[in-house]
Amino acid sequence: MNATSVRPADTPAGRKAFGPWRSRANISAWTLSAPAVFFIAVLFVYPLLDVVVISFTDPTLSLVNYREFFSSPLYARVLGNTFWFAFLVTAICLALGYPLAYVIVRYGGTLGFALLLVVAMSFWTSFLVRTYSWLVILGSKGPVTKLLAWVGFDPVPQILFNSFATTLGMVHILIPYMIMSIYASMQKIDPNHLRAAASLGATPFQGFRTVFLPLSLPGVVNGCTLVFIICLGFYVTPVLLGGPRDQMIAGLIGEQIEELLEWGFASAMAVVLLATTMALLAIYNRLVGLDKLWG
Amino acid sequence: MNDAYLCLKDVVKSYDGHVNAVDGISIDVRKGEFLTLLGPSGSGKTTTLLMIAGFEDLTDGALELDGRSLANVRPYRRNIGMVFQNYALFPHMTTETNVAFPLKMRKFPRDQVRPRVEKALELVGLAEFAVKYPRELSGGQQQRVALARALVFEPDVLLLDEPLGALDKNLREQMQVEIKRIHGEVGITTIYVTHDQTEAMTMSDRIAVFNDGKIEQVAPPLEMYHRPATWFVGNFIGDSNFFEAAVVDRSAGTLAVGSLGEITAARPDGGIAGGRVHALVRPEDIRLIHEGERTEGLNTFDMSVEGSVHYGDSVLVIGRVGSLSLRVRVPGAQAAAVVRDGQLRVGWRPEDVHVIPRD
Ligand SMILES: Nc1ncnc2c1ncn2[C@@H]1O[C@H](COP(=O)(O)OP(=O)(O)OP(=O)(O)O)[C@@H](O)[C@H]1O
Ligand SMILES: [Mg+2]
Repeated sequence: MNATSVRPADTPAGRKAFGPWRSRANISAWTLSAPAVFFIAVLFVYPLLDVVVISFTDPTLSLVNYREFFSSPLYARVLGNTFWFAFLVTAICLALGYPLAYVIVRYGGTLGFALLLVVAMSFWTSFLVRTYSWLVILGSKGPVTKLLAWVGFDPVPQILFNSFATTLGMVHILIPYMIMSIYASMQKIDPNHLRAAASLGATPFQGFRTVFLPLSLPGVVNGCTLVFIICLGFYVTPVLLGGPRDQMIAGLIGEQIEELLEWGFASAMAVVLLATTMALLAIYNRLVGLDKLWG
Repeated sequence: MNDAYLCLKDVVKSYDGHVNAVDGISIDVRKGEFLTLLGPSGSGKTTTLLMIAGFEDLTDGALELDGRSLANVRPYRRNIGMVFQNYALFPHMTTETNVAFPLKMRKFPRDQVRPRVEKALELVGLAEFAVKYPRELSGGQQQRVALARALVFEPDVLLLDEPLGALDKNLREQMQVEIKRIHGEVGITTIYVTHDQTEAMTMSDRIAVFNDGKIEQVAPPLEMYHRPATWFVGNFIGDSNFFEAAVVDRSAGTLAVGSLGEITAARPDGGIAGGRVHALVRPEDIRLIHEGERTEGLNTFDMSVEGSVHYGDSVLVIGRVGSLSLRVRVPGAQAAAVVRDGQLRVGWRPEDVHVIPRD
């Protein structure tokens, strides 16, 4: 054995000898991930690309679908409506979910466990079932209507098929996501931080505002983004519980396809929705930097 | 004691109502004193600190600071600084904001906050790290920030719960010196928790040894070392030879010790004649007897050597006299020169025998 072969990586020849081994490792990595890549390509990327293609080509190769979408005030209203609902539902989920998560984390015990169980249970129940249950509860023969009649409302106000019912249903379905995100980040807060705050002179409220709240913000950002983005594409609940004026963009897409067979226009709307969602995800990605900053 | 500043009076704490985590302890801490709570894991040191800080209620007993009861004073009104074992620095605040935190909570005038923060950071030698976040600092630096934060509002008492536990040995020794220096400079009454006896010995004005929720002894380090009040303290602090002994003649200081026969102790004050006592001899107080050396007045024995541990600066020789095992610590490589046929002649002075009552 001569001197150059002792340290092959130091010499140009040695590096070359090193090369094939590296690319062999790459090949095996590719082989291993090939099934996953294949499935993702076939199940996600291809259909998505197809939607994009259809949006530009059906009925003819043109921007006609997009022009139609952006020129009609009706569609702009639906898009605006979608964002408004997403915002409203997210805000309500946050307003209700934050205190709940706080109670679960801070007071723990039986109450905390019971609350956590209820939240987890709604995760395990199909959202279709939960949506239909609101149809029963708020319906004209349901308990709420009966209660209102008994209290003396005549005629009993319409509580189903309007924005109220839609908001209620969506909050109900999405709040577990909010609670779980916030709960996860609150859980990570070291109780000694709160003790430290107190020993440094912070009243319980000051401690909450200056230490607990900022440290739980990553969960808040996480939960809001999650709920907001799911809201944007929500279909079943607004369709079942809302009125004609509460239509959201996903509902509109469904209608275009099922009733009007307007594949091109529906695809264009789907692409607009997708692009908006991606933009939001990009913003979220920037915000999640906070999480790493404080970790 | 008149000069008591912080008083713990028969303090009891039970978390579950059955077992007492802290079982009736009383300590008077003097103003400006550096008191260390030393004891094995689970002996109630942290619990005691938490009660002083106000995070745990007392099951029984009383706490007084400067003559006033702390019973109904909320933690944030106590003016007691605390350094936690994991430092508990606020991760979303810089060094500067962390240290300014207690001043802001106390609504200090704005123009006073900056100079005070700067002074505190200078005190711990971290002035140039003011705008770093905790995660950008090393363990030792985080420790200093925690210290600065706990001192900046000039609390009446400073509590430290195993503040150096997470640091490696060198850094720990460095921080011990640092903390002592700061204590000297600020002169704040300090209660320091550790289960490291060396730390306790080197840093404290007085040590309180905890065992199973009770205090075994409160004394200055050297007194604690040379005159332990109980078997537990003698055993816990430093290396020791403990013999079970019976007092034969109290005035002559004669004790009967198993296979050692009779030995003399200078001050057998721990026991009455016929009483059962522990006799403690520190390994470093035992010396080698060279051939032909005069030994009157010494307790001397022939020890059969079973092994030795070399520490570089000293050698620990382990062996027996009859059925009793004996640990002898001698400087340098002396021991090797003296061992003959696995035998070593050793001896100690009566003054080096410390007698503790046996219950
Ligand atoms: N929050 C708690 N609830 C119930 N028991 C507790 C609690 N905190 C401590 N204990 C118990 O009280 C006893 C004393 O605990 P403490 O934490 O005061 O010990 P320590 O001396 O600080 O020990 P260490 O050196 O391990 O920190 C232990 O038996 C412990 O299990
Ligand atoms: Mg402890």
